[in-house]
Amino acid sequence: MAHNTDAEEPNRRDFLYIATGAMGVVGAGALAWPFIDQMNPDASALALASIEVDVSAVEEGQSITVKWRGKPVFIRNRTETEVTEATDVPMSDLPDKLARNANLPADAEATDPNRGVKDKENWLVQIGICTHLGCVPIGDAGEFGGWFCPCHGSHYDTAGRIRKGPAPENLLIPPLEFVTDSTIKIG
Amino acid sequence: MAGHSNYVPQSAAAKWLESRLPVISLMRGSFVDFPTPKNLNYWWTFGGILFFVLIAQILTGIVLVMHYTPSTGAAFDSVEHIMRDVNFGWMLRYLHSNGASMFFIAVYIHIFRGLYYGSYKAPREISWILGVIIFLIMMGTAFMGYVLPWGQMSFWGATVITNLFSAIPLVGESIVTWLWGGFAVDNPTLNRFFSLHYLLPFMIFGVVILHVWAFHTTGNNNPTGVQPKTKQDTLPFHPYYTVKDLFAIVVFMIFFAWFAFYLPNYLGHADNYIEANPLVTPSHIVPEWYFLPFYAILRAVPDKLGGVVLMFGAIAVLFILPWLDTSKVRSGAYRPLFKQFFWIFAAVCVALGYLGAMPAEGIFVTLSRIFTAYYFAHFLIILPMLGFLEKPKPLPASISEAVLKGGSGQPAGAAAAPEMK
Repeated sequence: MAHNTDAEEPNRRDFLYIATGAMGVVGAGALAWPFIDQMNPDASALALASIEVDVSAVEEGQSITVKWRGKPVFIRNRTETEVTEATDVPMSDLPDKLARNANLPADAEATDPNRGVKDKENWLVQIGICTHLGCVPIGDAGEFGGWFCPCHGSHYDTAGRIRKGPAPENLLIPPLEFVTDSTIKIG
Repeated sequence: MAGHSNYVPQSAAAKWLESRLPVISLMRGSFVDFPTPKNLNYWWTFGGILFFVLIAQILTGIVLVMHYTPSTGAAFDSVEHIMRDVNFGWMLRYLHSNGASMFFIAVYIHIFRGLYYGSYKAPREISWILGVIIFLIMMGTAFMGYVLPWGQMSFWGATVITNLFSAIPLVGESIVTWLWGGFAVDNPTLNRFFSLHYLLPFMIFGVVILHVWAFHTTGNNNPTGVQPKTKQDTLPFHPYYTVKDLFAIVVFMIFFAWFAFYLPNYLGHADNYIEANPLVTPSHIVPEWYFLPFYAILRAVPDKLGGVVLMFGAIAVLFILPWLDTSKVRSGAYRPLFKQFFWIFAAVCVALGYLGAMPAEGIFVTLSRIFTAYYFAHFLIILPMLGFLEKPKPLPASISEAVLKGGSGQPAGAAAAPEMK
């Protein structure tokens, strides 16, 4: 029954006591991880990584919605008016000044060319999920002629940029490219 | 608890059991001989009512699981199968879905009773905090249960609520993906919600036992807020309060049955009879009525993180309530100013509930902001200051005196002992 007071030197038993406790904590953590990680996306969810969409039938001023990774993706062939409207907006009017375009550097500015598809700026492809709390905004609606989220009243402009309401970010643009003249690969 | 019983086992079997596991004296001490203040009014029956509703929810839930299929392809149809094909399935499901609303009606009355009579004050802080924990688990359980039918409101409610966590800086997005088990609310989400919806009621049951244990250790509060002093101030729990609680439960069952059988969908949303569609959000999504005040607070703030913080803060503030109220007098019956602020606060909560159901625009947003500010001001400014500004009425010397002199609010001959317990 050797017991150390503060005055005593730490002895072998103290070392064993702390080492055992530390080992127990590491073990408990290692055992807890599988129970936590099993909730992360599984292999089958990760496998649905990319899709190809034929957009030849989408005329100017029309939109289609496709599903990618369980989320809606808006593909819009914008009219010239829409592009001009969005291009004319000064940066100072934008609550979120970042392009949020996965194909550009993270600090790219939210100008209209940075939002549209590269070299085909009339095409706007974005994830149709409001950046506030995840509802699907309605197209051709809202005060800026773009999208309007019915859940909590966020207004997006014709380049999908947040202009008014509680959403903090512009609509996100997924990684994409035109693989042929009329086929977009998303993901 | 067991200490309150003077039970002495008589039969040989009872003596054998008691010397090995004193469960008979524990139950008698807690629910038969337990000394209970003799002046409890009907607002105190909601504890018993809540226990009844919890058991009813667990029983109807267990049998519903025998027919429900937790899969995005089959969940909606299996609920319709319960409604149309399963024997008495319609009744069991309506009892369960309306039971959730009954649970919240009863718990809100129970919480406001505690607020009015100062049941959160020393020495009952632990009981109060355990109650707030029960309330939180209840909200989680109700939310996940509402997702299971996989209707439009289920899906979009789940999407909006889980997205609340994305407001957390840095790790928010990873947490949401982890909660979903994918990149949107989908089959993995439904499966885990089903698993947790089955688990949480049993956790509630466990915390309820701690909740009761805590206030059986301190003794019940009562409408005067004065601690029982002699045996004359209390009655044994059985038969006095078993019968009173049972009577209240029967009256509550009539109310419950009225909804379950005559207005089964009154408290729900028609949109939830449309199967979930991840590509279309209903034009007006609102949570179930019992979340509306918190939803109004969420929407009152124009900032995403700020809204989420205030919404959770509205419940978090209840945890520290025992230390925010500075008045030494427990019961609102003896606090003339507090009483008025209490009713203003109750009206503000109802108003927030109304605003939560309205679209987030124009005057509704402005009013939500005013009432949200008042909600927090009540706890953080008014309650701490009232204790210093208010002159409470004289307290009765004892529960018996208050009862015999008639009326808990106007005790005569008690002026000599103001503000003393």
